[in-house]
Amino acid sequence: MQEYANQIHRCFRCGYCTFPTDYSYFNCPSYRRFRFESYSTGGRLWLTYAWVKGEIEWSEHLAEILYSCTTCKNCVEQCPMKFASDIVEWIVGARSDMVEKSKIPLEVGRFFEAVQVYGNPLKLPGSERGAWADGTKRYESGDEYLFYVGCLGSYDENGQRMARSLAELLKEAEISFGILGSEEKCCGNEVYMLGEMGLFQLLAEKNIQKFKEHGVRKIVTLSPHAYNAMKNNYLKFGADFEVYHYTQLLYDLAKKNTIKFSQNQAKVTYQDPCFLGRYNKIYDEPRQILQGIPGIELVEMERNREDSFCCGGGSGNFVMDLLAGGEESPGRVRVREAYETGADTLAVACPSCMIMFMDAAKEEGLEDRLSIKDVAQIVKESLLLEQTT
Amino acid sequence: MSDIYEALVEIVGKDYVSNQKEERYFYGRDPGLMKPHEPDYVVMPRTTEEIQEIVRLANKEKTPVVPKGAGLSLTGLVIPQKGGIVLDMKRMERILELNEKARYVIVEGGTTHGVLKSYLQKHYPSLRHSMPDSPPIATVVANAVIHGQGRLTQQRGFNSDMVSGLEVVLPTGEICRIGSCSVSPYWFSKGPPLPDLTGLFLGWFGTTGIITKLGLKLYPCKKIRDVMLFLTDRAELVPDIMLKLGHTEMMEDIVVSTQPIPLRFKGNFFILVFMTGDSDEEIEFKRKMAWDTLWEYFDSRDGGFVSITPDMKTPMMAMPSKDTTRFADVRKGGGFEYSGPIAPVEKYPDFVKKLEELASNYNLSYASAARVIDGGHCMMFSFSYTFNRADPDEMDRAKKALDEAAEFSLDQGGVIWKPNIDEQKMMMARMDPNTLRLMGKIKELLDPNGIMNPGNWEAK
Repeated sequence: MQEYANQIHRCFRCGYCTFPTDYSYFNCPSYRRFRFESYSTGGRLWLTYAWVKGEIEWSEHLAEILYSCTTCKNCVEQCPMKFASDIVEWIVGARSDMVEKSKIPLEVGRFFEAVQVYGNPLKLPGSERGAWADGTKRYESGDEYLFYVGCLGSYDENGQRMARSLAELLKEAEISFGILGSEEKCCGNEVYMLGEMGLFQLLAEKNIQKFKEHGVRKIVTLSPHAYNAMKNNYLKFGADFEVYHYTQLLYDLAKKNTIKFSQNQAKVTYQDPCFLGRYNKIYDEPRQILQGIPGIELVEMERNREDSFCCGGGSGNFVMDLLAGGEESPGRVRVREAYETGADTLAVACPSCMIMFMDAAKEEGLEDRLSIKDVAQIVKESLLLEQTT
Repeated sequence: MSDIYEALVEIVGKDYVSNQKEERYFYGRDPGLMKPHEPDYVVMPRTTEEIQEIVRLANKEKTPVVPKGAGLSLTGLVIPQKGGIVLDMKRMERILELNEKARYVIVEGGTTHGVLKSYLQKHYPSLRHSMPDSPPIATVVANAVIHGQGRLTQQRGFNSDMVSGLEVVLPTGEICRIGSCSVSPYWFSKGPPLPDLTGLFLGWFGTTGIITKLGLKLYPCKKIRDVMLFLTDRAELVPDIMLKLGHTEMMEDIVVSTQPIPLRFKGNFFILVFMTGDSDEEIEFKRKMAWDTLWEYFDSRDGGFVSITPDMKTPMMAMPSKDTTRFADVRKGGGFEYSGPIAPVEKYPDFVKKLEELASNYNLSYASAARVIDGGHCMMFSFSYTFNRADPDEMDRAKKALDEAAEFSLDQGGVIWKPNIDEQKMMMARMDPNTLRLMGKIKELLDPNGIMNPGNWEAK
């Protein structure tokens, strides 16, 4: 039994974890979606403790409750107790126990199997991983950056659009970089969050080995999920490279005037990705990039930064979608909130947010009124405008 | 699936009914020390009409119904002692109306204090309500039903005194309006000049009906809020200090706390004096009044005001008070419960002595916070003990200490606040027999099938 089992009883189930800082409304995605207290962090921890103590048996419903957490870390921000920073690790620990006992939801098992067999959760061939990247060269020793594209950037249509935008921007800024193409493998962030520690270690070690073989010193990631895994969870496996999320790089380029913007008239609101914001405290750079583009008016959703409301895609839900269905699914709630700001564009910095919101906007009938665009795409449009004027 | 399950699904939809073990486990207990008992169903209604249908179904099936807010009383008041249906009210969460001129708000039966506070700050910053120290998920209705207290209790009485009207689904299914709203579109008074029928529902723990709407009085929210901290090591002086501060009629809130950890706190009594004002001059005047009022204790070297650093001030000023919740984990055990008698302020020294004696006898960590109610007519004194939820022996000792504290409080002339089912029995055993019979008659009249939160206030 893992460490969490000796600590988990400390949750008082006070419910602070369900709110944002101003208590304006519920900010825990799974509690917001299902509304039974069992789906709050307190519920999850009490039920897990009951399972550890043998007071309740494992059931599919128990596993669903545990896996419906998107690991968005709202609870960590809001819990008043000293153990707050451990909560996600407790949940991951409990999931890990379920994995070891082969007692996980079917969708989670399929997710692991796909990553194990195909190297990505979408079950698409590894040979097609770099198919999006027409004209983007492979990483060569001596390139400054490895552009780590990730599974959604490589395979998902909207993720690919993000990847292309960023690749073109980096070329425009004359950054020396390359991709691994078919040699790239899943970063494992979701595998870690879902509790498959053996598979995560395998992925981390293979990726680290591959990066070392290529002499990689700096990595820029498209996805905050990959950024989080490589920056924080690869260290114990010998990672010794610098990791950046692409918004950090673009911010730096804009600050140095390496990229310049022309007018781009738009009213934009920005979604803080959980793995960029709450996990790694990167809140300002994406906003400063957007605010630096003439013509863009940045408006905030009521819940932003530390209080941002998750898209619902974390912990592999961008594939499994355990929180889907109905008006209260997190993605739909969030696109409504974005639309209510009066913005015409919802800017994202994460492919998971992108695909969750694209689907949600369609379900809400907002696809013609609210554009979902990646920060790199907005920057690229602004550069292109400059070139044509 | 049972007929009742199917019927509930028909009423509220399948997403909002559960008879699964996980929900039954969680809703069958609270964070306190009362024994768990699981419901058969957990249901989350959205409308008053759905509640009517559920109540009619429960009468037909003779199955219990337990309305629940956040379940934070710590005394097991929404543990379904006889199973049945737990109604989690928190989907009925809307703020329906705010009358700025008559200073009241109407909320649904599951609206939380956190959401109401946020709403007022955002839309009506000159108005406030009496925020309790409980976590923000505590509901306005449940807090009123248990006669909760809050930041305005020193000035305005129990939070239930601030109710300005009710809509109730009676145990037999009828909808009933209570207060001015029964004859008027306005919800400004819970009773006067009519008979005050809110007494049929407030304090009854859901045994006489389900409150689906509640009018709540709002009060001026001044621009500035501040706190002073007076320290004394003489418990016997605390009642007079409370009364003298109350006499100024200028303090927002007066709370006296004591705890033995860290060691430098042991044997000291920290009197938190909160004040509000619309200008620096107003605050300064009130600070001076507090200072002048307590000057004699400074003169006699029995106490004095202590400077408060910004680090100390932030948690003191927080509404709700996260520190109250943090007490559960001071010894990394995740549990605390308190017995909270309402008693004359003069009882403070005796209660403190008993608090420490019980902690010593049962080897427990303790703390207490006492809040002055309504200018000093009484106080709520908490006998608070922590326990480790992974240590059954410590949980047992904490329960015994709380039981003893309850008996002691009654012996001292106190009345137990939000009493658990055992404490209810203790009080009913001491109650005037005709009062007890009246309670019994009221229950029998309103709830002929005895379906509402059975096990609570079982007045015979």
